[in-house]
Amino acid sequence: MIGIDWFLALSALLFCIGIVGVLIRKNAIVIFMCVELMLNAVNLSLVSFSSHYGNIDGQILVFFSLAIAAAEAVVGLAIIIAIFRNNLSVDISNINLLRW
Amino acid sequence: MITYSFIFLAVLAVASALMMVISKNTVNSALFLVFNMMSLAGLFLLLQAQFLAVIQILVYAGAIMVLFLFVIMLLNVDEEQSLFNKLRLKYFVAFLLGVSVFAQILYSIGSFSDTLPMISSKMAEVGTVEAVGDVLYTKYLLPFHIIAMLLTAAMNGALMIAQHKVRTEDNK
Repeated sequence: MIGIDWFLALSALLFCIGIVGVLIRKNAIVIFMCVELMLNAVNLSLVSFSSHYGNIDGQILVFFSLAIAAAEAVVGLAIIIAIFRNNLSVDISNINLLRW
Repeated sequence: MITYSFIFLAVLAVASALMMVISKNTVNSALFLVFNMMSLAGLFLLLQAQFLAVIQILVYAGAIMVLFLFVIMLLNVDEEQSLFNKLRLKYFVAFLLGVSVFAQILYSIGSFSDTLPMISSKMAEVGTVEAVGDVLYTKYLLPFHIIAMLLTAAMNGALMIAQHKVRTEDNK
């Protein structure tokens, strides 16, 4: 039988892959997908704690975080579309309007 | 049996996440992310969270990824050049940072791993739709309604941000 620590380690690994992806990619959409990956990794650890303690609150929290992720994806993609319309690119090194 | 399916799903999840990060075509990245969501749904099933497994596929792999693919096709992004054409210091530093964060998390898990719970005997009855719905509509009723309002607000906000301003002659 596999213990909870394996689930936690897998969740940590996915989270770190997400971090590296956010740091090395330049395409704004892919960066956004890496953020979704990190959200999912945290969801996995919440669900594993919830199942192992036999307490349902963790799964409710995952349900709410799914809804937040949907809202965030919608607004973020709308912002990306607006940036693309002004800039004709989603490369984040071209988006430097607020950089000094 | 559970151990083997865990190993299979974990390898699938990690491999698809890595492929998502390093593939240079954005559509391929999105499809690998769908793959990753599917394997995470399988892991949720292993943890007896049936409701969340179904929701994960419906909301993430269904709705959100369709949105992502729609935007990718709409923007017609050209392919970036491959990540490993030239080795940059940036990649090395990012990799080092990722490894150090991973090591820190593993170290902190290892320090309290003997206080972690074993598999709960109630595990099978926790994740069913009845159990989730029972708590969701009694104890968490107010957050549930707030989430509903938040989704409406996010939809309106996205429409406001993404709409194209049509300049006609008379309202110029």
